[in-house]
Amino acid sequence: MRWLKTYAEKCINCGKCMDTCSKTYFKEENPSLSRVVVTNPGAGQNISVCNQCGACMAVCPTEALYRDKNGVVQLDKSKCTSCLMCVGFCPTGNMLYAASKQTEPFKCVACGLCAKACPTQALVLIND
Amino acid sequence: MEKMKVLAEWTYTPAPIERGYTRKTLYVNVGEPRMEIKDVSQDMIDTFTGGRGFDLKLLWDAVKDTTKWNDPENEIVLSGGPLCGITQYPGAGKCYAAFISPLSGQTYDSNSGGYWGPLSKFSGFDAVEIQGKAERDIILFINGDEGKIQILESNLKDLNAYAVTETLHEYFAVDEADKRNISVISTGKAAETSYYGCMNMSFYDTRRKVARLKQAGRGGGGTIMRDKKIAAMVVKFSKMGGNLNNVVDLDTLQKVGVKLHKEIHDLDDVQCKMRKVGTAHLNEIMDEYHLLPTNNYKFGQNPAEIAKIHSAVYERLFTQGMPDGCWYGCSMSCAKAVDGFTVQTGPCKGEKVTVDGPEYETVAALGSNIGVYDPLWTIEANFYADHYGMDTISLGTAIAFVCECYELGLINRNDTNGLDLKFGNKDDIMELIHRMAAGKDEFASMVAKGIRYMKKAFAEKFKADARTMEAIGMEGQGVETSEYVPKESIAQWGGYYLTLKGPQHDEAWLIFMDMVNKQLPTFEDKAEALHYFPNFRTWFSLVGLCKLPWNDVEPANNRIVNEPREAAKVPEHVQNYVDIFNAVTGKGIRKEDIITMSEKVYNFQRVFQVRMKQGEAFHNIPLRALGPVFPDEWEARREYYDGKLREIGIDPSGLSTEEKIKKLQEYRLGMWEGLKMAVYKRRGWNKKGIPTLETLKRLGIDYPDVVAVVEKYSKPEDNFE
Repeated sequence: MRWLKTYAEKCINCGKCMDTCSKTYFKEENPSLSRVVVTNPGAGQNISVCNQCGACMAVCPTEALYRDKNGVVQLDKSKCTSCLMCVGFCPTGNMLYAASKQTEPFKCVACGLCAKACPTQALVLIND
Repeated sequence: MEKMKVLAEWTYTPAPIERGYTRKTLYVNVGEPRMEIKDVSQDMIDTFTGGRGFDLKLLWDAVKDTTKWNDPENEIVLSGGPLCGITQYPGAGKCYAAFISPLSGQTYDSNSGGYWGPLSKFSGFDAVEIQGKAERDIILFINGDEGKIQILESNLKDLNAYAVTETLHEYFAVDEADKRNISVISTGKAAETSYYGCMNMSFYDTRRKVARLKQAGRGGGGTIMRDKKIAAMVVKFSKMGGNLNNVVDLDTLQKVGVKLHKEIHDLDDVQCKMRKVGTAHLNEIMDEYHLLPTNNYKFGQNPAEIAKIHSAVYERLFTQGMPDGCWYGCSMSCAKAVDGFTVQTGPCKGEKVTVDGPEYETVAALGSNIGVYDPLWTIEANFYADHYGMDTISLGTAIAFVCECYELGLINRNDTNGLDLKFGNKDDIMELIHRMAAGKDEFASMVAKGIRYMKKAFAEKFKADARTMEAIGMEGQGVETSEYVPKESIAQWGGYYLTLKGPQHDEAWLIFMDMVNKQLPTFEDKAEALHYFPNFRTWFSLVGLCKLPWNDVEPANNRIVNEPREAAKVPEHVQNYVDIFNAVTGKGIRKEDIITMSEKVYNFQRVFQVRMKQGEAFHNIPLRALGPVFPDEWEARREYYDGKLREIGIDPSGLSTEEKIKKLQEYRLGMWEGLKMAVYKRRGWNKKGIPTLETLKRLGIDYPDVVAVVEKYSKPEDNFE
């Protein structure tokens, strides 16, 4: 399965991962449109990103969410009705949405571009 | 299936949807045949909002004062409402149907999940109006993809619901994936003899690969379908999207929707368990509080048997872990189903089927109320009621009445054509249901016409005692009571029997507020609740929403931050509704406007009832709904009822049980009259329950023809001081 592993202790909160992600998928550098979310709750960094657990697939009424051959949970927009139940039921809060961009939700598809951009290897793309 | 012959066909250009409205309605006369697309005026939107409001407005214009349910001008009008079809908030796929009811002879409105409401709007219509009578069985097909309306000659071999629905999903879909773009309204063979024929509205379950059925069950819509020789109505729309309502503020709609999704995710398991058992979570709760109808509402509890129908039993029978919403985005997911059920009796015997439900009402109606505590039997009865096209609630309550008449000796085995219809006699009761569908057995056909019909027919044909039947026949305005024992709650007498259309559970459910939480001590308090809740709940029917996500889940702090009476309204969810209504329509309503919007339609419908009943739209209540009728009912809770007498200053000692019953009845009948007057007054009606001219003016529904009805039937002596 391909997924993004996080090492929050290595994170320096430079924001490069979020800029890369939002630029890749929404053509603008905007942390609120990033699928990987870095926050600084005080004691250190927190990195939140989809772990490909698939809980969202079980609640999707149209089977728009599916696991691809690499084990990554993908959204088939042609089947999605934009109900956002997957957002409400994501155990880690990593199904995201932005009305200004699209009606459908979006999530990390483990493309690895953020990991490449990360200067401290706080994000690592895993194939296991 | 062979290709069906096209009897009539029209083309149209589907109107775009703006802010939840297409501003067009479809009229089809299946008799002439004729099609017309009507404009929706701004005044119609401002006054009637949509959904049930549009239904009633169109129906008002279509019928005469003298129209009977089986006259060709009677209509079935179907409408979702401006919020219908949004996917972001749970419970937004409801479709509301209105018609002149065969049970009550006045308007009835009934609602269903499934995809008909949204798909018909996406096909271009805020409402669909069906009038006339076809000469032979037809199928009405609205093709929203191609902008085409067709009347097809039915060549369906089996007119029962599951067969019709499966066949038509198959017929109109180009492939498996296309099946979810179709919704079918069907009924069944029993609707040809019954007055409580139901309408089943479908959606296609892509995981189970079966068409699922939800019901606009009550009032006899299915009966009218068959009277019009409509075998099915089908809509198809394939270009599903996330914002087809073209809403004003998608951002707010998404945020409020996600908030509720999260709430359901976090709290449903510890609150109502709707996602696991649906409304059947109520079974043991109602039993505990003496509210579960048992043997025709004689009792409210059966400690010896309740374990057999506990919600935990149903939880095991329902397939778990499926997204069981009856429209996209309903995370409440209460449309539970039993999969792989092997049918034991009747024409489908031996078949493996998916059964929709049973929901709480059906568990009680086709269970405890007829003395049956066998979930598998109830599931089978549920399957056949849907399949044959009968409302499970009216069916169960009608059979409960029959069983009591039988046990009392008012009717005998000869009258029932050989059936031994004692409470709990499952095999013979199932046979009765099959006979209703076959339509050949005179007794079964009488039962199929409901309690009001049976009371008269049993007296005439079997010389059954009319007074006894009047006391135990649980109908109001001709409609069978749904499944809560109302005896002990004065407020619930009103919740059931001071309703617009008869005793159903979608106006006010006040038993807990009144009896358990003691929040409505005075008549005025009860009247206020009987003003607020029916109007609040009416709003769902105007906009296209389901009631369940309002209070079958509550914010975790609802009962902490709100005082108890306010908590019952679930204020945060009321605000959600204000926010999503404004997000869709851009209107800018406040929460108080919800009640005013509803009051317009509520009072319009009341005047409609007065019109159809020629001024005699009375609210009746059976004695059984007010208290015990027979000594065994009293003796089952002797201490409790003796205490009730003491509370009103009557010493029960020395009185026979019959005397005690009589005294309590006299007292409660007085209370009923007092409640009725307090409620009429609060609603702005006169002493005969007719809205006053002032009420019409205040609400802006003083249209000349509405005023004319009120003036015709109102007398000065009926005014309140």
